[in-house]
Amino acid sequence: MASNTQEAAHGGGSAMPQLDFSTFGNQIFWLVVALVVIYLILSRVALPRIAAVLAERQGTITNDLAAAEDLKAKAVEAENAYNKALADARAEAQRIAAETRAEIQAGLDEAIAKADEQIAAKAAESEKAIAEIKAGALESVKAVATDTAEALVSALGGSADKDAIATAVAERTKG
Amino acid sequence: MGKIFFYAALALVVVSGLIFAPAEAKLAIHPMDQFQVSALFGDHISWYTPTNVTLWMALAVAAVFALLVLGSSRRAIVPGRAQSVAELAYGFIYKMVEDVAGKDGVKFFPYIMTLFMFIVMANFLGLIPGSFTTTSHIAVTAVLAALVFVTVTVVGFVKNGVGFLGLFWVSSAPLALRPVLAIIELISYFVRPVSHSIRLAGNVMAGHAVLKVFAGFAAALGMFSFLPIFAITAVYALEVLVAFIQAYVFTILTCVYLKDALHPSH
Repeated sequence: MASNTQEAAHGGGSAMPQLDFSTFGNQIFWLVVALVVIYLILSRVALPRIAAVLAERQGTITNDLAAAEDLKAKAVEAENAYNKALADARAEAQRIAAETRAEIQAGLDEAIAKADEQIAAKAAESEKAIAEIKAGALESVKAVATDTAEALVSALGGSADKDAIATAVAERTKG
Repeated sequence: MGKIFFYAALALVVVSGLIFAPAEAKLAIHPMDQFQVSALFGDHISWYTPTNVTLWMALAVAAVFALLVLGSSRRAIVPGRAQSVAELAYGFIYKMVEDVAGKDGVKFFPYIMTLFMFIVMANFLGLIPGSFTTTSHIAVTAVLAALVFVTVTVVGFVKNGVGFLGLFWVSSAPLALRPVLAIIELISYFVRPVSHSIRLAGNVMAGHAVLKVFAGFAAALGMFSFLPIFAITAVYALEVLVAFIQAYVFTILTCVYLKDALHPSH
């Protein structure tokens, strides 16, 4: 059989190479070598390095979370400050508007009062002028009436007593 | 797209089986040949001769080095693929040791990680067609199990002194039963390394032998060779699973034994 000759060539006699004790020493020797090498690689280089990377990552994550928390608090603070400033500004604006309104109202009232006063003064002056003119007119009417009466009397051939004419005119013009 | 490739591959297997079928089918099944230890140079094998065992163990060491040292060499805060896998392996075994063996088991972590990485790499390298699977040999797994057994026993006595024998004295059982139980416990303790080593070698060897048996059928079936080839595909998928699970089982049992050594009370 092919397999038997092959095994014989390798010095084995069993159908199961696992039970060929002549190779055990060889396998165990190389296994121990491999295990020692792997152990040295792991314990000296690989495991400390991976542990450091994992710890570093954990630290970074923790720091980042803390920083994020910080920034969040700052953002809330800034928002509060902004809201407060906004409210303040609004109140100030309202105050200024009210003040201005009051000021304008006061100026307006003053101007109206002044105008009223001026109007009243002008009216009084006008009344006075009218009265004067009225008086002047009455006087003129009297004089004209007297002259006319005199002229009428003399035209009729009489000689008029000035005092009598004046009295008569005064009587008639009284109303 | 993937589906198209899948069906194309299926068709290729069937058609090539039809075209390249040997004129005279012959049943030639040698499932154990793949486990043959042979010298790389010459014929004679003494304990130091470089053999295929040496080659594939060296490749396993190289694979461990590539994954855990080269993979993590960038020390990136945001890891790449290789570094992710390295960290995953680290976290997986570290958590296992911590959970199973306890906090004081953590100082054995490099040792347990060594066992796990060697077994898992040897198993996966063994799945490469034409390769040699070092973990399929009793000689190898027995040494691994014996290392664990000796370590655990020594640690048990060093940590607990004679109190380690309390592991065999089931104080929760009735007094009359305790000597009997002690004998059973003692036997089971010494059977541990046997089952520990044979479980690993047996699983790996059986799977690889089954693959070879189906391969032999494929050669014998002529134009129907695609049937065993599909079976090989299925078994291969199973073997990928087994390769990892057996490494996992070996490692977690090591942790359980270590826990017994550190805390022998029931």
